[in-house]
Amino acid sequence: MDRLKRIVAVVGHYGSGKTNLAVNLAVDLKAAGKQVVLVDLDIVNPYFRSADFAEQMHARGIETILPVYARSNLDIPALTAELDGAIDTGKTLVIDVGGDDAGAAALGRYSHAIREAGGCDLLCVVNQYRYLTRTPEQADEILEQIQAASRMQVTGVVNNSNLAYETSAEDVLATIPFAQQVADRYRVPLVFTTVRRDLFQAAKQADVHREFYPVDIYVKKIWEE
Amino acid sequence: MASSQKVLMKGNEALAEAAIQAGCRHFFGYPITPQTEVAAYMAKRMPKIGGTYLQAESEVAAINMVYGASSAGVRAMTSSSSPGISLKTEGISYLAGADLPCLIINVQRGGPGLGGIQPSQADYWQATRAPGHGDLHILVFAPATIQEMVDLVFDAFELADTYRMPAMILADGMLGQMMEPVIFPEKQVTPIDKSGWATTGTQCQRPHHVTNSLFLQPDQLEQKVVERFERYAQIQEKHTRCEEYLTEDAEYVVVAYGATARIARSAVNAAREQGIKAGLIRPITLWPYPSAAISAAVDRGAKGFLSVEMSMGQMVDDVRLAVNGRAQVAFFGRTGGIIPTPAEVLEHIQKLAGGER
Repeated sequence: MDRLKRIVAVVGHYGSGKTNLAVNLAVDLKAAGKQVVLVDLDIVNPYFRSADFAEQMHARGIETILPVYARSNLDIPALTAELDGAIDTGKTLVIDVGGDDAGAAALGRYSHAIREAGGCDLLCVVNQYRYLTRTPEQADEILEQIQAASRMQVTGVVNNSNLAYETSAEDVLATIPFAQQVADRYRVPLVFTTVRRDLFQAAKQADVHREFYPVDIYVKKIWEE
Repeated sequence: MASSQKVLMKGNEALAEAAIQAGCRHFFGYPITPQTEVAAYMAKRMPKIGGTYLQAESEVAAINMVYGASSAGVRAMTSSSSPGISLKTEGISYLAGADLPCLIINVQRGGPGLGGIQPSQADYWQATRAPGHGDLHILVFAPATIQEMVDLVFDAFELADTYRMPAMILADGMLGQMMEPVIFPEKQVTPIDKSGWATTGTQCQRPHHVTNSLFLQPDQLEQKVVERFERYAQIQEKHTRCEEYLTEDAEYVVVAYGATARIARSAVNAAREQGIKAGLIRPITLWPYPSAAISAAVDRGAKGFLSVEMSMGQMVDDVRLAVNGRAQVAFFGRTGGIIPTPAEVLEHIQKLAGGER
């Protein structure tokens, strides 16, 4: 995490887990003493998004930048002017981008400004358990489209392979070769493999030299209190 | 390699992929939140497998394209959310009147009018009472999990084809948008013989097959409708489905479907911990409705029923009809896109058990 650039944008296939990663990164960067802004740039999907966690973020001293109509029950894909300003402030930005190339197009709008500000880490999240990214070739196709739409190059792959609440440490470990292949094809590092915090020790013991990143799950199930 | 046969899917994607695996190669739709991923998924996949994805100019056009494709004997489907379904109702009635099968997906959002984009179950009356004008029913399935969404898509296509009538999956925005692990059944889909009616061309070898819902002679129309209702009666007898949970000794029975049933189940567990003999009946088919299961619960001594819905109270009508005055029937619901919490449902179970109405 210390190696990450000041601006980190999280891209990937729909449902690969971008939002949960972005929220975890924001919390951990804040804990590391950075002045963090979590940017919800998802103008594709009105459900399950960073904006849902704004209050929790504010309670931790993390600023947020949200699309104008996020959580307003209006599905209007409008961007906010705030992000233009925030890119230059020197604060640490974690940008949660919408899924696929459709979502990444919004990031493309800022590619010039981000480049001027020294560039960013563009992390592509992969989850091998998602139906349309079961093989490295399939993941590639989406990654390629995201790069084109965002007008930026992916700088690292994050393996976020999981089966939601059914995930076991074995399920995660089994996907590492897949994620490594995706990274190798683009000659970028596999930055880390995320693993739910309660599975972290088990994963670490099974593969001691591997970079794992423990994550908390922020999206709660509606049928639980 | 991934360690599991399971994949992680969003409800909307699962509906689309299940339809493809059930042999559907003709999708006609129009985007609307919160079901847009169904269409987006189809747009991505159909061209790769030789299927047809068509974004129509409107919902009205889409349902009429389904009418045409279904006439020609293929498995055809459309998908929308509440306001879009209202636009399709004319076409649904025509499909029913012409005895044509199809699959319609409604990922419900709040209404009336344009309403909102958050989850709702306020189209229950529309789906079960008036999915179009005229004397008609359509099959209505109510999945509660993403896995069940997959399974019911297969069943919906099969029953629609068997009984030559439209089938609907009545989901909601929460189910459409949430993600869960699923397994796709490795099912061999047996095509149902449609050679007796499909408009596939006569090759000058047989009389014309005509797709039609216009019968101007009253006696002829009455006969058509009566025949159709005889089929409906068979369906009610053979294909009514529900899940019962802890109802064997239940004194208080929560009735809930879809995502709401999962919330209700948590509340039932909490009530049991407090010593209240609570149970849950979860209708899986909304038409035909599992009235018999509810009535049987009364026979076993259930004193009170609580219908829990994301609406102002629609399915509660069917609970009352099934109970037929033999026990107390209460209602709790949230609407407008608000999802009830297990704590709220528990509170209403407690009230019912305490004799409050």
